[in-house]
Amino acid sequence: MQYLNAFWVGGLICAIAQVLIDKTKMTPARILVSFVVAGVILGGLGIYDKIADFAGAGATVPIIGFGNTLAKGVMKGINEKGFIGIFTGGTAAAAGGIAASIFFGLLMAIIFKPKQK
Amino acid sequence: MNYSKQEYSDYSNKKSPDSPLLKDVLFAFLIGGAICTIGQGVSDVYEVIFRLDSESVKTATSITMVFLGALLTGLNVYHKIAKYAGAGTIVPITGFANAITSPAMEFRREGWILGLAAKMFVVAGPVIVYGISASIVLGLFYYLVQVL
Amino acid sequence: MNKKSGNQTITFKEPVSILSCASVAGKKEGEGPLSKYFDKIMSDAEWGEETWEKTESKMQKTALSRAVEKAKVDLKDIDFLFAGDLLNQCTSSTFAFRGFGVPFLGVYGACSTMAETLGLASSMIDGGFAQKTAAVTSSHFCTAERQYRFPLEYGGQRPPTAQWTVTGSGAVVLGKSGGQGPFVTHFTAGKIVDAGISDANNMGAAMAPAAAETLVAHFKDTERTPDFYDLILTGDLGKIGKSIAIDLCGEQGFDLAPCYKDCGLMVFDLQKQDVHSGGSGCGCGAITLCGYVMDCFRAGKLKNVLFVGTGALLSPTSSMQGESIPCVAHAVALSANRE
Repeated sequence: MQYLNAFWVGGLICAIAQVLIDKTKMTPARILVSFVVAGVILGGLGIYDKIADFAGAGATVPIIGFGNTLAKGVMKGINEKGFIGIFTGGTAAAAGGIAASIFFGLLMAIIFKPKQK
Repeated sequence: MNYSKQEYSDYSNKKSPDSPLLKDVLFAFLIGGAICTIGQGVSDVYEVIFRLDSESVKTATSITMVFLGALLTGLNVYHKIAKYAGAGTIVPITGFANAITSPAMEFRREGWILGLAAKMFVVAGPVIVYGISASIVLGLFYYLVQVL
Repeated sequence: MNKKSGNQTITFKEPVSILSCASVAGKKEGEGPLSKYFDKIMSDAEWGEETWEKTESKMQKTALSRAVEKAKVDLKDIDFLFAGDLLNQCTSSTFAFRGFGVPFLGVYGACSTMAETLGLASSMIDGGFAQKTAAVTSSHFCTAERQYRFPLEYGGQRPPTAQWTVTGSGAVVLGKSGGQGPFVTHFTAGKIVDAGISDANNMGAAMAPAAAETLVAHFKDTERTPDFYDLILTGDLGKIGKSIAIDLCGEQGFDLAPCYKDCGLMVFDLQKQDVHSGGSGCGCGAITLCGYVMDCFRAGKLKNVLFVGTGALLSPTSSMQGESIPCVAHAVALSANRE
């Protein structure tokens, strides 16, 4: 059941983004930025965790989940460390994804060459 | 030409075919959904087999998905799926990895420092900039609410 | 001795002779409908070079060398060389010819470059400033893509209005009216037209008004009608731009439809090759002209051709600043006969 929910919720989030791309001519970069900010807001309001409980990876794998991670991280950071947590909490929570993207990006660029389609 | 800019814009919009919305959305849904389902599988592996705590499961899943996105980009496969999937491959975290990896590969020829490393963030940088900034703004509110 | 007809057309008194043409086409173009007309088809996008920029320069070098060889002239006989491309500071052309020792004049007309260089190189000869000149241009999918759009491996989706940059280079060697032709008889320099389109994924719609403007000016200046030509050929308007150009010229009383084609729709098979609205780029018009059109002239299948290069004069900076796309089109009339 968890798999089915992950599939349709994740798919739905992507489908919404596709409608925005086709209908508003938003570029992919704008979509990503809007979704990550939306994730921070939904995370801050505590809404996104409810979706994540229901859909699992269907909610955490889309980039909105990245925003949610940032939001939850910053609140946790403030609870634990006070004021400094405003700056460290979000990034600390998202560190895994960011660090992995940078490192694997570098690694792939060392190993592979781009090819024409 | 006897058109004003507005008239010409309306006229050329009429002439230009729209993106095939139904087909695009269907592919975005199916492929985006499939990527999330794979993510769920990865997550379950970390939870059931490696018995990680729930925070670590999420982080490990992100890292794994990022790795898969980067690898498929390196193998010249990701953009071929993306041609059909559109947002279905842009929105999942694998798309974030693709956005980082593809300029890194492309600009390696302009050097390791100002080519590969500097251009790495040309597409994905804004996500980090606005994502982190939004979290700090949220943090300020949250902190003020707590203090007051 | 006024050689100017009407507002913007030069009529060459002694038609300038096209001594030879050569074309180099990319792999995908070599799999398209025009493949048998190209002099060289590249094995892959790199063609043995480390960077695509180097590949593009090599394409121009190869095209000019081959054209010079076919014309049976020497490089040092070329008095002036006109060349241009799409890249910043036209480096494909300048880097290609840095070792050639030929007086070089760089031209930027975006995708109209083939028509613009051809017109300028012909004018040099008709003006009596040169015996032999050459015109060269190129575009490469990978160099254009990384300059104007996204990295190759980036997973984006193209809207149906987008066009595919042709990998190809064309070179023409011109001489005083000797030889068997074909001949360049007129050159209509276009005005910059900005119809207000800012969507860089819809170049055809942006360029079509410039093409129509130049076509109508050419017909008025030369007192010709479209049916004078066996073939009217625009550079890279694609499917949408072509249909708009027909509409716009029709409104001015010039019916293009019977003899009108667009290179962007000829280089690729739109059904099979997934190029959306067709080909684009300097190379699109160049390889069609230097390959297909020249072959038809030689075979006696064409008598009069009007070649209209169409260029979108945007830059990555202007796009990011939200500017609309100014466009230009230049027309060159070619004839099998030295009338």
